[in-house]
Amino acid sequence: MSYHLTVNGTATEVAVPGMRRLLDVLREDLGLTGSKEGCGEGECGACTVLIDGAVAVSCLVPVCQVDAAVITTVEGLATPTTGLSSLQQAFLETGGAQCGICTPGMLLSGQAFLDSGAEPTDDAIREAIAGNLCRCTGYTKIVEAVALAAGRRDETGA
Amino acid sequence: MAIEPAVVSPATLAEAYAIAARGAHRPVAGGTDLLVQITGGIGPPPDRVLDLWRLDELRGISVRDGALELGALTTFSEIRASVACREDAPALVEAAATIGAAQIQNRGTLGGNVMNASPAGDTLPVLLALDAELVVGGETGERTIPAAAFWPAYRRTAIRPDELLVRIRLPLVADRRQRFRKVGTRRAQAISKVVIALAWRGDPGSGTWREVRVALGSVAATPIRAAAAEAALEGERPTESTAERAVAALVGELRPIDDVRSTAAYRREVAGRVLRRLVRDEGRW
Ligand SMILES: Cc1cc2nc3c(=O)[nH]c(=O)nc-3n(C[C@H](O)[C@H](O)[C@H](O)COP(=O)(O)OP(=O)(O)OC[C@H]3O[C@@H](n4cnc5c(N)ncnc54)[C@H](O)[C@@H]3O)c2cc1C
Ligand code: FES
Ligand code: FES
Repeated sequence: MSYHLTVNGTATEVAVPGMRRLLDVLREDLGLTGSKEGCGEGECGACTVLIDGAVAVSCLVPVCQVDAAVITTVEGLATPTTGLSSLQQAFLETGGAQCGICTPGMLLSGQAFLDSGAEPTDDAIREAIAGNLCRCTGYTKIVEAVALAAGRRDETGA
Repeated sequence: MAIEPAVVSPATLAEAYAIAARGAHRPVAGGTDLLVQITGGIGPPPDRVLDLWRLDELRGISVRDGALELGALTTFSEIRASVACREDAPALVEAAATIGAAQIQNRGTLGGNVMNASPAGDTLPVLLALDAELVVGGETGERTIPAAAFWPAYRRTAIRPDELLVRIRLPLVADRRQRFRKVGTRRAQAISKVVIALAWRGDPGSGTWREVRVALGSVAATPIRAAAAEAALEGERPTESTAERAVAALVGELRPIDDVRSTAAYRREVAGRVLRRLVRDEGRW
């Protein structure tokens, strides 16, 4: 079967078995290795991507379910023209990344939270990243990064 | 080696029924249980998969024929965002909010929770407490199965292999109140150790409870109703002495198991305390 998806703004066709995990399609078939496999069981969030703007763990999504969908991976956050996204910049400033394994997933959960327009309280940010495990940072700096980016969004209206 | 069974993704429910009638297809809804089972090698993988995700006929939340109806593919995020659910099924909204985190809530479905039939499935006690009706369908038509008869044994359901779960009906009941409590190890993404859903009709005059339902998860091979605890609360007001009797009845009737997540003694003790707390909240003592 072949499936049509838009990945980071580019229309893409893949001819693969429909039960192939979206994570494998991204990493193996499309060479987008930014999404990481931590557990393969939906627990760690390292493989988090956006499907039509909503967070999902790509290790539990068969590609047949994203035919005609719009996918955003960490590779889609920065662009050559605009540089790092505001959230990526904030992660650098607060020290929100250490080993980096959780970072792609954290960035996408953080981005979905920013896009939702929700008020960036500590509780709300922690709920937004509750499905992403980090073994290095203790979360505080990650929460600070999301809050920093949310503050800049609210200042500039961007 | 990745296991990638053949899959078919019909666009209409009629086509899906025809495929299910040929047998030997394992349905997939949000995949948050099935893909874990396939990847983790839990049980033999299915030979063929029937992908339900495109069936919009299985989506949507509405009030119809005296019941709140939820399509089998309704996600936990949709339940949390639904005004109708918040109004008529607040216990279901609370349960949905405890299931995994956003990634799981965006794709995991109510129908998948029902059909996975885990004794730790967090919505199942709520469906028992609200006297839910499970509507299943196939080429021969639809039939309705009460929640109380839907999970006959460990991880078994009353559905036939040629049928699909279509929708979940929660009959609307005047003056019904409902509560939900899940005890896990941590706040997010924790599989429950004990879940209680409580529902009753409060008599506006006397304050007595009628049609009391006490349903529990993770304390037996299936989600269960606690008949003795219900009887102890029926027709009573939520006083301290009523609570004591109901807790004693509950602790006496539960037969939980020891497993990796908890012990039988802990579960019995916690279930009793949670019930007491819920009754106390209502009685304000
Ligand atoms: C990280 C993580 C955390 C989780 N946390 C919780 C939790 O806290 N509480 C909880 O209860 N669960 C939890 N789960 C389990 C799971 O998310 C839920 O059981 C969910 O409701 C399953 O729905 P689904 O649509 O993803 O099911 P699927 O995986 O698609 O299907 C589950 C089963 O139901 C069958 N099925 C699905 N839909 C139908 C239908 N319409 N007709 C017939 N058969 C059908 C499938 O064949 C399969 O056997 C968690 C899972 C993960 C990965
Ligand atoms: S690899 Fe997908 S959640 Fe861990
Ligand atoms: S930075 Fe190492 S897991 Fe988060």
